[in-house]
Amino acid sequence: MSDGLLTSFEGTLLLLVIALVAHEPFRWLGLYLGHGLDAQSEIFAWVRAVSTALVAGLVTRLVMFPVGALSEVPLLIRLIAFAAGIAIYLGTQRHLGAGVFGSATVLLIMQLIMQ
Amino acid sequence: MDQETGNKAEGVESNTQGHGSCTFVNGLRVALSTPGAILLASAAGFGALANDAGMSLFNAIFMMAVFFALPAQVVMMDQLARGGSIIGGALAVALTGVRLVPMMVTIMPLLTGARTALWQRLTAAHFVAITAWFEGMRLLSKLPDWQRMTMFLGIGTGMVTATLIGTALGFELAGSVPPAISACLLFLTPIYFFLSLMAAARLTVDWLAIVIGALLGPPLYMLTPGLDLLFTGLIGGSAAYVAGKQFDGFFEDDE
Repeated sequence: MSDGLLTSFEGTLLLLVIALVAHEPFRWLGLYLGHGLDAQSEIFAWVRAVSTALVAGLVTRLVMFPVGALSEVPLLIRLIAFAAGIAIYLGTQRHLGAGVFGSATVLLIMQLIMQ
Repeated sequence: MDQETGNKAEGVESNTQGHGSCTFVNGLRVALSTPGAILLASAAGFGALANDAGMSLFNAIFMMAVFFALPAQVVMMDQLARGGSIIGGALAVALTGVRLVPMMVTIMPLLTGARTALWQRLTAAHFVAITAWFEGMRLLSKLPDWQRMTMFLGIGTGMVTATLIGTALGFELAGSVPPAISACLLFLTPIYFFLSLMAAARLTVDWLAIVIGALLGPPLYMLTPGLDLLFTGLIGGSAAYVAGKQFDGFFEDDE
């Protein structure tokens, strides 16, 4: 059933509905609230913490329980490449591109060495 | 324009008295900068994930266009691929979406200073996601009021185009390149998300949320598959918020 939703037109409609019901309204809400709200307020600090924790949890899950070709790469290599990405990012005065591409490069090189 | 920011803003500089179409094109060109390249690569990571999850190319591109926010997309696609509940997926999507509210609140005053049509505001709103928002905040304040909306619509259009191309590229590449490269494509999403979180972190609460969320993710995935992201966000985020407040309070009292 879920397989069908990934490929079918029903799936396309479902994605549209979820985007319009569960995602886009937050943009409209921000538009509506406009100037009248302080972006530094407490509620936003909590909201940001919840989103941040969710995405951070998603990240570790994607690294610990990967799918497809990435699941063929040993966990240790995945963790080293991940740590390397953070180190490169911090070492290049927080250059996002250097961190992202550096991490992927480390993953590639380590895979080639292991072969 | 100061030296520090001048290098990425040459398009803006040359256009302080230009026409609307020129401003729009300058906005489009922002997608050709480093942030645009990172976004394209991240979208390629999403395309690779979508291919791997068994999603059709059309649905992957469609999803990129209607959400235009990678975390929400990866959460929802993951939920569908694992056969999890659709309501649970939608709730997790909503939790990733709330972070768009403060982004909107901070960028809208820049965009609505001059008179703008509703369709322009709604379109601009759809373009608000981390990269376009960041570039908008950085570049718009250097422009006169009346050029800002046009510039931002250009930035957004360029960014969306980059992500759609990236998604298609990643999707096609993931199926045809050697597995070692395919693994690298799949790795782009987690490392990009994580470094973006680090880049956006300002307060103690943010850093705690990153650490607690990262630690809670895998065990909750094993305990409550399908609802794990929801719980990771609510439990981890709330714990980080409370602990961060205590921590900041502790230091304030101390001083």
